[in-house]
Amino acid sequence: MDFNGSDTLPGPRTEDQLPHTAQAAAKIVIVGGFGVGKTTMVGSVSEIRPLTTEETMTQAGIGIDDNYGSESKTATTVAMDFGRISITDQLVLYLFGTPGQQRFWFLWNGLFEGALGAVVLVDTRRLEVSFDVMGRLEERGVPFVVAINSFPDAPRYPIAELRRALDLSADIPMVECDVRRRASSRDVLLTLVRFLHSLALTGSAG
Amino acid sequence: MTPPRRQRRTPAPAPEPPPPEPAEGGREKNPERLYVVAGPGEDGARAAVDLVTLIVARAEPPPSASPEQAALLRLCSAPLSAAELSAYLNLPFSAITVLITELLTAELVQARAPIVRQAVPDRSLLEAVMHGLQRL
Repeated sequence: MDFNGSDTLPGPRTEDQLPHTAQAAAKIVIVGGFGVGKTTMVGSVSEIRPLTTEETMTQAGIGIDDNYGSESKTATTVAMDFGRISITDQLVLYLFGTPGQQRFWFLWNGLFEGALGAVVLVDTRRLEVSFDVMGRLEERGVPFVVAINSFPDAPRYPIAELRRALDLSADIPMVECDVRRRASSRDVLLTLVRFLHSLALTGSAG
Repeated sequence: MTPPRRQRRTPAPAPEPPPPEPAEGGREKNPERLYVVAGPGEDGARAAVDLVTLIVARAEPPPSASPEQAALLRLCSAPLSAAELSAYLNLPFSAITVLITELLTAELVQARAPIVRQAVPDRSLLEAVMHGLQRL
């Protein structure tokens, strides 16, 4: 094979390669406002260095973006950070940190529709940022849990008061976390998966 | 101090099914084709590739492969998600789905379908995920 003396091709490090037995992958979405800690959470639990996938959005829509006449369109690049957790030799879980604004969601086909569930990451300094996200998830029937990222200087509210403020139904779990810590971020994901499992037991799918 | 408050929403009702088309004068109509097989790069085929569809190369890049196709094929000698391919090749996700569709058509890659949320969640799958997370 002729490598033409080219630079090393981009790609996963050898130890980051998935085994050939990997049969299928599932995804969980971490959604919240800008700066709430989505990428930190992804990085805390991911087995690979978090990666970024991008999509370009033009006012005219997506899919067709020839450069012809592009001076009259505004193109926005939307980035989404993600990480990976190998569950078994056959099963892989991906975590996507997604901007809260719903106008970005359609860029990635099936991001929410196909996800096992979502974590709504909340900053108590800007509680209202998460209102719209939670509303959209409810409308779309995407099961979610709420995780309060405990910033040191953030106001502390009793959980009961936060539940009232977020108008959370009693069955939806809400947990406090420190997304910089692996164990804390893992526990948030476990809370979500246990919640999904409880939905499976009661038969009331999200 | 009291935090701001939100109003809960309810799931949108399922859209009404379209009304059946009235028969035209009893004339028997040929059934319409609702879908056609789209060529590479068209939206119909693109929709099949999910962010977490796992792609595996089935062959070495042929001489006819474009540089992007060859790069993608080399990357997925071991399974790799479409999202990772997008990240490593530094291409927008929509461009990756076009490349993957071309390579699927040419039978140069295999796609392993993602696990998507079901109306009735798969308990054994969720239990496997729980055990996997507990080992972290």
